[in-house]
Parts: sequence; structure tokens; C-alpha cells
Amino acid sequence: MIAVEDLVHVYPGGTRAVDGVSLRIEVGERVAIVGQNGSGKSTLVRHFNGLLRPTEGRVLVDGVDAATLRVAELAAKVGLAFQDPDRQIFSGKVRSEVAFGPRNMGVAKDQVGSRVDEALAAAGLSGDADANPYDLGYSRRKLLALASILAMRTPVVVLDEPTTGQDARGVARVEEIVAGLAELGRTVVAISHDMAFVAESFERVVVMREGRVILDGTPTEVFAESSWKELESTYLEPPLPARVGARMGLGATPTEASLVAALAGRAGATDRASGEAKT
Amino acid sequence: MLELKGVSYRYAGYAKSVLQDVDLTLADGEIVGLVGPNEAGKSTLCLVAAGLAPASIKGALTGTLTIDGEPMAGRKTHELASRVVVGFQNPNTQRSGIAATVFEEVALGPQNLGLDVPEIVERTRTAMALLRIEAIQLRDPARLSGGQAQLVAIAGLLAMRPRHVILDEPTAQLDPAGTRLVGDALRQLAAGGTSLLIAEHKTDLLDGVCSRIVAIDGGRIALDGPAGDVLADPRLVALGIQPPSRVRLKRAVDEAGVDARTAASAAAAMVAVA
Repeated sequence: MIAVEDLVHVYPGGTRAVDGVSLRIEVGERVAIVGQNGSGKSTLVRHFNGLLRPTEGRVLVDGVDAATLRVAELAAKVGLAFQDPDRQIFSGKVRSEVAFGPRNMGVAKDQVGSRVDEALAAAGLSGDADANPYDLGYSRRKLLALASILAMRTPVVVLDEPTTGQDARGVARVEEIVAGLAELGRTVVAISHDMAFVAESFERVVVMREGRVILDGTPTEVFAESSWKELESTYLEPPLPARVGARMGLGATPTEASLVAALAGRAGATDRASGEAKT
Repeated sequence: MLELKGVSYRYAGYAKSVLQDVDLTLADGEIVGLVGPNEAGKSTLCLVAAGLAPASIKGALTGTLTIDGEPMAGRKTHELASRVVVGFQNPNTQRSGIAATVFEEVALGPQNLGLDVPEIVERTRTAMALLRIEAIQLRDPARLSGGQAQLVAIAGLLAMRPRHVILDEPTAQLDPAGTRLVGDALRQLAAGGTSLLIAEHKTDLLDGVCSRIVAIDGGRIALDGPAGDVLADPRLVALGIQPPSRVRLKRAVDEAGVDARTAASAAAAMVAVA
């Protein structure tokens, strides 16, 4: 469980990137954080694993104030995959890159191998185990950075823009990884600009603007017409199914599946109505 | 006009060609979208179309690159830069590293074209205004967010007022608002006669700005045609390319087998909210 209490973060130079955020993320929740570039999303999540320390307020991880924990202790609880994989990757071989995290955490040698294999398989990189990370294209380096976090098997996984630069198969792969983590009861927090991905893969959406949380709810709530004004204030557009559903008076339909179900329901109702009219 | 004819490219030290027998023409004022699965050769095609491969990134090129009727074989990078500019996938690759402020970074391109100072200043201001980055013009270009760095890199290209522009995933790190700004800026550039090639995964962006789409797979052109046709082509999915959300949604509605009247009103709603 992560509890953020009245968090403020001011960077040297005076930028107030996070300006009073309170938030509880329960064990096993899948939470997407959305908002404009510079709205404080990355700054917020970097407090979860101690990369940044609060200017004011506090962050509790499993009930313990993160400020009292060492970075190594936090790293065992919260894994964070960076937006830019090249800030994370340093090893000359894919396999040793992924093995670094578990090894560093003191995982027994005979268990590191199986963790690495599992993480590489989940990221679709089993065939690249012996490659040099820098011989992989950007999209696969990004999946590699994700695999390195998976291998640590942290209870909380934070992904900063996991789908950027991914093609359709890559996005599907990331969606599978999120679903797989949720099945294992892990907490997944992801920052994303991809509203379709957010609506499909997450049960909760937190919208940030200028360092504050302006909306927090299920995709159905956050992408419902009643929230559009707030979304627009931070230049976000609801996913297409939500806009089409609202236009047709079908209520909140944030995903393709929910819109199709609403359409089928309406078609059924029309059929019944016309059936009754005939009799 | 920028024209690639029968182009194959093999990087130095590679056994296999990354591009094979590619024909591609960018007419003046045309915006062409380039799509393909990861590692299909999109970035290489961008580098070859800009002449940087092989002028700067070594390898073996067969076929020809012709810009406005002139063959580009053997041209130096500075000669190429006055005809075609290229924006890289990672804006940090693009950054000069010698400018202290965003303003200077954007001004660097026009400065290198040897223009008068008032002209340089005017172009720099216009490009920054177009992408709404005036507020960060005094910031250190090395200390920007990913999205801001991307807008600065694109502003630097716009300030050169190029005839031909090649962009490799120009909006990968941008939020939806930034993505729309870039789309508007590119349309404006094309309206002035510039030809553009944009490699992108965001087919929603391409759907709005491109007149033509080229899909590549395994280094070869797989599809080439009007944007509407290619983006709705069922073969796109098999190539690992995500169709625009309106195409995906229409397909989901069709597959669900709702009655024709409901499907038609859904289609009308999709047009209305676009």
C-alpha cells in the first residue's frame, strides 16, 4: 500500500512540480496517472521508490514513512521503469542487465536464472538474452528496461510511459504484462498519454494538472461526459469510444467493449420496441 | 520533390540489407506517413531519405536519392542540410550541446544557413510561437522534460524553413496537446509547399495530417496509397501496425453484429466527434 500525504516537491530553482497531492493506492490496484507534460506525474512517482524526497508532506510505503527507509529497502518494494530506457540500461548483455536487480537484492544465485528467464519471456526478449542491449532497437530496449524491473518481483511496479515507441504488438505485450502483474496481486502504477491503453488496462485513473490531482476515479467516471470540462482544462481528450457513446446518449463507454455492449443493448431495445409495436 | 529510386541500404558491418528496393516520392506540399512494425526499417529509411546514410552514417547504398532534380550521391552533410532536414527519434540526439538557452538552440539552424540577424530572430520567434515554447526560451536545453525537448528540436527544424522535412517519431514523448500542436505546425509547413515524411506509431495523428501512407515491412514497401485507404486496409493489423482508433472502433462495431441502423448511427457519431 502506498499513501501519499500532502506531498509537495519543489526542485532546486523553484519549480513546484508537485503541489499538495494526497493519494492512497491499495495493494493490487492498477492505477494510471495522466496529465500534460510537466504536470508532475514523473515527480510524484519518483517519491514512491525514494528517488526523490518530499519537500513537504510524506509518502508511506506499507505504512512506513519512505523518508526513513534506505533506497535499497525501497527498491525491494517498488520497482520503477524509466521513460527513457537508456537512463536505466548499463550492462553489455541483456541477460546480465536483467539479472542485476535480483542479484543486487541478494536473491540466491540458483534463483536468479529462473527469474531472468521468466522476465525475458514476459517481455518477449527470450531470443535476445545474449545480445548487447545497444544492438536492440528503441522499442526492445524499452521492454528490456521493463523486464529488469519484473525480475525484481517487487510488490509495486511503476511504469513511466511504457507504450511510447511500441508498435501494435509491443502495446499488446505491455497490456499482457500489466494484466499478468494484476493477476499475481501486484500493484501497478503507470504514467501514460495513451488514453485507449489507460481505459483498457487500468481500473483507476488519476488526472494531474499543475502538480495537483484534479480527477480520480474509474475510467468510466473519469472519461464520463461530466468530467470532460476538467479533462479539457489539461488538454486531454477522452478515448474515442467515450466520445461516441456520449454523442449517442449511451452513457459512459470508455472502452471499445463497453461501447459495443451499449450499442448491442440499444439495438436489442429497439428490436423489442418495434416487436411490441407490431403486436 | 524528393525521390528515392530502387534504394537498398546495408549498414557497414551488417550482413543483410535493412532496406530493399524502395521507391518513394515526396511531392511538394505532400505529407506522407511512414508506418511499420518496430525494426521494419523506418528509421533507416528516414536517414537515407535525408542523405545522412551514407553521408554521415556509413554503409552501402544502391539506388538513388534525388532532391528537386539533383542527384544527392556524394554530397556532404552541409550541402544536404540546405535541402532536407531530419528530426531524430530521441530529441537528445538532436540537441547541439553548444547552446545555453532554448532560443539559441532554435536559432542555430538559421544561423548556420548564413542568414541576416533580423531574419534569424524572426524565424526563431515564429517557430517558437508555432509550438508555444516561448515561455521556456531562456531555459537550458539540456534540462527539459522529454516532451519539451521534442518541441524544441522540431522548432529548430521549422526555423530553417526547409523544402523537405523527414521526421522520425516526432511526437513519441509528447502529450495529446503537444501532439496536436505538432500536427498543426506540419500542416502549415506543407501548405507552404514543403514536403514531409513522418515515421509514426500514432496512426491517429497520421490520419489527420497525411495525404498518403506508406507501410514498410522487412525493409520493403508493403502498402502505398491514399491515407484513408491504407489506414483502413485490413492487412495493416497483420503487419503489426495499430490502425487509427476510428478504424478499430468501426471494426469492433461491425464484428459485434449490431443492426445496420445502430451501426450507421455509430458511424455518424464517430464522424461528428472527430
